[in-house]
Amino acid sequence: MKNRLASSTDWVLERFPLSKFWNDHMAQYYAPKNFNFWYFFGSLALLMLVNQIITGILLTMNYKPDAELAFDSIEYIMREVNWGWLIRYMHSTGASAFFIIVYLHMFRGMLYGSYKHPRELIWIFGMLIFLALMAESFMGYLLPWGQMSYWGAQVIISLFSAIPVIGDDLSLWIRGDYVVSDATLNRFFAFHVIAIPLVLVFLVIFHIIALHEVGSNNPDGINIKESKDPWGVPIDGIAFHPYYTVKDIVGVAVFLLFFATVIFYLPEMGGYFLEHANFIPADPLKTPEHIAPVWYFTPFYAILRAVPDKFAGVIAMGGSIFVLFLLPWLDSGKVRSIRYRGGIYKKALLLFVISFIGLGYLGTQPATHIAVIFARIFTAIYFGFFLLMPIYIRWEKTKPVPLRLTEQPSLEDRIPDLIATFDEVTLKEPIKTKSGTTLLPRRLNVKGLLNVMIRLLKKLKNSLD
Amino acid sequence: MKNLIYTLLFLFPLGAFAAGDIKLDEASIDLTDNASLQRGAKYFVDYCLGCHSVKHIRYLNIARDFKIDNDAVLENIAPENAIIYDKMLSAMNAHDATKWFGTKPPDLSLIARVRGADWLYSYLRGFYIEEKAPMGVNNTVFKDVAMPNMLWQLQGLQKPVYKMESGQKFISKLKLTEPGQLSPEKFDLLVNDLVNFLVYVGEPHQLERIRMGKYVLLFILMFLIVAYLLKREYWKDIH
Amino acid sequence: MNDEGVDKSKRQFLTSALTVVGAVGTGYLAVPFLAQMQPSVKTEAAGAPVEVDISKMEPGQLLRVEWRGKPVWILNRTKEVLATLATLDDKLRDPNSVESIQPEASTNPYRSIKPELFIAVGLCTHLGCSPTFRPEIAPNDLGPDWKGGFFCPCHGSWFDLAGRVYRGVPAPTNLVVPPYYYITDTLIKIGEDTTPEANA
Repeated sequence: MKNRLASSTDWVLERFPLSKFWNDHMAQYYAPKNFNFWYFFGSLALLMLVNQIITGILLTMNYKPDAELAFDSIEYIMREVNWGWLIRYMHSTGASAFFIIVYLHMFRGMLYGSYKHPRELIWIFGMLIFLALMAESFMGYLLPWGQMSYWGAQVIISLFSAIPVIGDDLSLWIRGDYVVSDATLNRFFAFHVIAIPLVLVFLVIFHIIALHEVGSNNPDGINIKESKDPWGVPIDGIAFHPYYTVKDIVGVAVFLLFFATVIFYLPEMGGYFLEHANFIPADPLKTPEHIAPVWYFTPFYAILRAVPDKFAGVIAMGGSIFVLFLLPWLDSGKVRSIRYRGGIYKKALLLFVISFIGLGYLGTQPATHIAVIFARIFTAIYFGFFLLMPIYIRWEKTKPVPLRLTEQPSLEDRIPDLIATFDEVTLKEPIKTKSGTTLLPRRLNVKGLLNVMIRLLKKLKNSLD
Repeated sequence: MKNLIYTLLFLFPLGAFAAGDIKLDEASIDLTDNASLQRGAKYFVDYCLGCHSVKHIRYLNIARDFKIDNDAVLENIAPENAIIYDKMLSAMNAHDATKWFGTKPPDLSLIARVRGADWLYSYLRGFYIEEKAPMGVNNTVFKDVAMPNMLWQLQGLQKPVYKMESGQKFISKLKLTEPGQLSPEKFDLLVNDLVNFLVYVGEPHQLERIRMGKYVLLFILMFLIVAYLLKREYWKDIH
Repeated sequence: MNDEGVDKSKRQFLTSALTVVGAVGTGYLAVPFLAQMQPSVKTEAAGAPVEVDISKMEPGQLLRVEWRGKPVWILNRTKEVLATLATLDDKLRDPNSVESIQPEASTNPYRSIKPELFIAVGLCTHLGCSPTFRPEIAPNDLGPDWKGGFFCPCHGSWFDLAGRVYRGVPAPTNLVVPPYYYITDTLIKIGEDTTPEANA
């Protein structure tokens, strides 16, 4: 029996490069040994892609892409299809989780210079994936045909009409009608279910191929291929399988804890993952008071609203994404990792993060006078981070980059310090109710908390230099 | 970098101070209270189904989820001549509705997910007399509502008590000027049952979903522990 | 990376343990995914039993109703038809309906609760086409051997007026008789076996 299995495996291997594939991409693909927290998000993104595709296929079995039937078909899935509610929540939570993961994955690239030579193409493929993901989720959001679905699509598609000369015709062509209607729903369904997923799958494959061609970057930004052992294996490299397969499984498990918590206890996430207004069927005659795109689009939406002119706003919004494509060429410094970069870049990146989060928040709120002022400030910082980069990195005082990977304390090594901090922040006196039962075994130590916060802020200030 | 994360995490809870316009009374939602849900279903059929459908619920769901016999549902809760598979539809047709009310009374299957339990609870108790209004009433949480107060005979009639704040007239509370068939406490319980029912209708599987959650998390935790042990074992090779 | 001190058996154990937990988890995940393809409550509702009023039926008349998306025939059989049934036994594949599907109350020579009223699912047991109703004796296209019955045009199967299949035709079994019962003498419920009280 064992021989039969071996010989049938051989039969396949003689005709299909399975072994070569396995070796090149898993067992003999050498990745740097110092991957940290930021390096989990690539595999998690792949997990989410698979999740969206599988749950999406199951949803498509019962969803009806017709303006009269769509909304009710989703309620049918939620109530009458066996386990339909679970599949729907996995898909809706998965979409938001996908964006959280992808944003963190992109941020890793900005921390460690993963977009720099020779990895520019990986970054470009990644940015194309990001664009495809935005299109995919935008079209997917129309499908429930709720008030937010309808009016969000109406607003965003009408942006295209701002383009001079061809704008109106373009919007008409996209919609297939004079307003968002059944025609639009049907074509968005076709795009969402097959066209863009195919594109996404291919882009992800190219993204990984491009990565494996040059090898992974790492938190120190050092090229591990520069130090190889007599057999040609990088000294600071470890085989992806089994070391990173086994580590990524742990990452998946931790992620699933969060994922399941949201699905089973907080699927709406306070109205951010499933918006309250979207539980009202689309009404072309009545616009909701407050239209906001889904949370993952809000930073770019805030930029759009910050610019007073309609067309210029569209250009700014498009530009805010386009400028990300240019990052490998805007950042011409040789030092990759933030660990060895100068204070200027660190402060600039911090400002960028603050402005991105700020814009994200402002995008969810109505455009009051004050909100628009802040949005303009943040937009300026956002674009400044990129467009001024060629200038300010000239003054950057980078630190010397070591030749070999550095050792960083692992999570387990940090546990004694975390326990010490916890002891500092709490007092051993329990909090009791009036009747004497203990609510919490320890009480907050305000002075200790303040000390810890001051120390953290000092460390923050030092790390920014 | 981690310093930045820790600092930001401490500051995050400050974002909790979002909007807070109208003060809402708290409903007491308990979807395990089958008696309350049964009463709520009955009240809905008696006072609301005349105009408002809940088309996504079948009488079968009420029987199965509230643990009562099909026959009991058809006798006590459902309107006459219904079969167990029927959806809870209103007898009023859209044409008449638009003629009488200006708009078709919306289906209420998802109203609890759109507005929230507290809003519904406050709404149903928040009607007050306003002579000039088309239906003779207005509402504290839904200004200029086009709906009459279907529960007025049970609740009684309320009038607003105004107060002045920074030069503007506000309603500080509602006063019962004519008592109804029920005392205010009993009326509040009735409305609570109704809202309880509407919360169930919004998402019938929520009880099951929450119940299942802990088992799923426990399982994933177990998986995590074994996965971590395996990872640690292999990574002994490194360094 | 060195090979010394590698506890191979511990690794094997942990890998197996994780594989088992992972397989169980995948199973837990697969169950809802596969179960969601099962018929939903909507299908259950659409498949509910149908009531048919037979008070206005003439002798020899065929009524067609829909139950679970399938055609169901209700045939008012005359005494002549009933008499002919017994003579056909040697031409039939399963004259006593041993292999065929019918409720207990219809397991008799007439394949019905009351002889005059025959109820069957109007789908050929070969590949599911709906046969035509041919009560006439020896028509031109079917030849002298035709004694009245149901003829399936797709592949030529013959059934008699008790839905029993002839030998030598593609269909393997007699027409399916659905569960049904008499609510009153003129009202039939198709889709349920007996009155709910009888089930208690």
